[in-house]
Amino acid sequence: MTEVSLDRRAVGSAAAETPSAPGREVFLPRDARRQTLLRALRERLRWPLGIYTTPVVILIAWEVLARAGVLKKTYAPAPTSIVKSAIDLWQQGVLGPDLAISLQRAGIGLAIGLTVGIVTGVVGGLLRSGEYLFNGVVQILNTIPLLAVLPLMIVWFGIDELTKVLLISFGAGVPMYVNLFAAIRGVDQRLIEMTRTTGAGTWRLVTRVLVPGALPGFLVGLRFSLAYSVLGLVAAETVNADKGLGFLITQGQTYLQTGQVFVGLVIYSLLGLLADQFVRFLERVLLRWRPSYEAA
Amino acid sequence: MSITVAPHSTRPLRQAGAVVEKVVRRFGDRVVLDHLDLTIADEELVVLLGPSGCGKSTLLRLLAGLDRPDGGRVEVPAKRAIVFQADRLLPWQRVLRNVTLGLHGPDADQRALDVLAEVGLSGREKAWPKELSGGEAQRVSLARALVSEPELVLLDEPFAALDAITRLRMHDLVRALRSRHHAAMLLVTHDVDEAIALADRVVVMSDGRIGTSHLVELSAPDREASIAREELRSALLEDLGLANQH
Repeated sequence: MTEVSLDRRAVGSAAAETPSAPGREVFLPRDARRQTLLRALRERLRWPLGIYTTPVVILIAWEVLARAGVLKKTYAPAPTSIVKSAIDLWQQGVLGPDLAISLQRAGIGLAIGLTVGIVTGVVGGLLRSGEYLFNGVVQILNTIPLLAVLPLMIVWFGIDELTKVLLISFGAGVPMYVNLFAAIRGVDQRLIEMTRTTGAGTWRLVTRVLVPGALPGFLVGLRFSLAYSVLGLVAAETVNADKGLGFLITQGQTYLQTGQVFVGLVIYSLLGLLADQFVRFLERVLLRWRPSYEAA
Repeated sequence: MSITVAPHSTRPLRQAGAVVEKVVRRFGDRVVLDHLDLTIADEELVVLLGPSGCGKSTLLRLLAGLDRPDGGRVEVPAKRAIVFQADRLLPWQRVLRNVTLGLHGPDADQRALDVLAEVGLSGREKAWPKELSGGEAQRVSLARALVSEPELVLLDEPFAALDAITRLRMHDLVRALRSRHHAAMLLVTHDVDEAIALADRVVVMSDGRIGTSHLVELSAPDREASIAREELRSALLEDLGLANQH
């Protein structure tokens, strides 16, 4: 029984691939492989689009379906009409100020959240007393969902800018602390021991060993911080706002302007993409020493 | 030999690289070092031989100051350096910055470059540690140890993870470096041939103490092959309790 199935597999692979014996693998230079039509097409498709292949395919399909009338305009307007309504909103002088106020909130919130997260994370990571001071509180805060804090913040700080900014800083600060703390504590003990034996002082230990060693974890924290700050931005702006992207979306929802809702969503997603590209860029620059997995 | 005794010193100045007196180290109930005595003279290369788990590394960590004894006394120069079994290079720093880790002053980079040239790595100072072979990485860690001009160098099975050919090259390198850097050295190993190739004196550990001590006064060719070498080798194997197997 086993022999029969083994036989069949061997015949099949021999027919499809190179004439090598079953159970053997042959490695040749890449150029030696035949340029089939399929492979050439795949190479060409990969080049201009890269990771954006799938989004572009979805966009085209969406456009086609919308124009064919399969998707209703109130349900999901075509991408081109979303762009058109974005331009309209901009020309009406609505989109520009809304975007500016949202970016300002995100910027201030991130600045506060990251500063607090990084300072407490570094102090908590480096010092035992810092750990005792901050770790318990932040670990508790970490288990509280961001959106659940919103009602409390409104009660405490009203519905003004302060609530929105604080919600964003909360979203950014907590993951930064958690990741940075873990990253500093995770630096290889043997390297720290080695550093002490070379006669290097504490300053050298921090700047040459602990900080660079914690950078990968820091960047993970930064990724989460940026993502959560956008989340906080959305949450804060959707509730009780009279300016900003969230307001734009709520307004669009109220008047069944689906196009306007989509404009807001697209801008949020662009912000997210931008943040991701920023962290990727930082990783390329700061983690040059680390050869990472390159997918085939 | 006239010795100038410092006025505040109540005891004669030691000319020793390191002194270990009646040192005890326990882990729980297990006594690893049991009133161990060892003196390493200035510029002497002592090889500490022993089966694994006999406390060689424990003794080395005491000399390095990475661990404290439970009894007795350890006296070592303040300027000392360690070469670990694994290279322990910082992966996020280039070779040069790994070597200058403990160095200060404007000439730090130049000194590091000089030592890198000594270990045969000139031109590699900009490489990342991940780009180095095992032998190269261990040579960088040797350079990192020597760059501070230490008076005592502690080597904890530094070549154990290297292949046989690289290990022989490293032995040549250590001999060459000894003529330039005047430091006492303690090399921990379980390799009898390595001990014979490098040592001024081989001490064998047993039962938490220094069991036997062999002065090695052989010329370089005699260390490779000679009757004296074979006699020493069998003596060391006997000390290690391996005589019957060879």
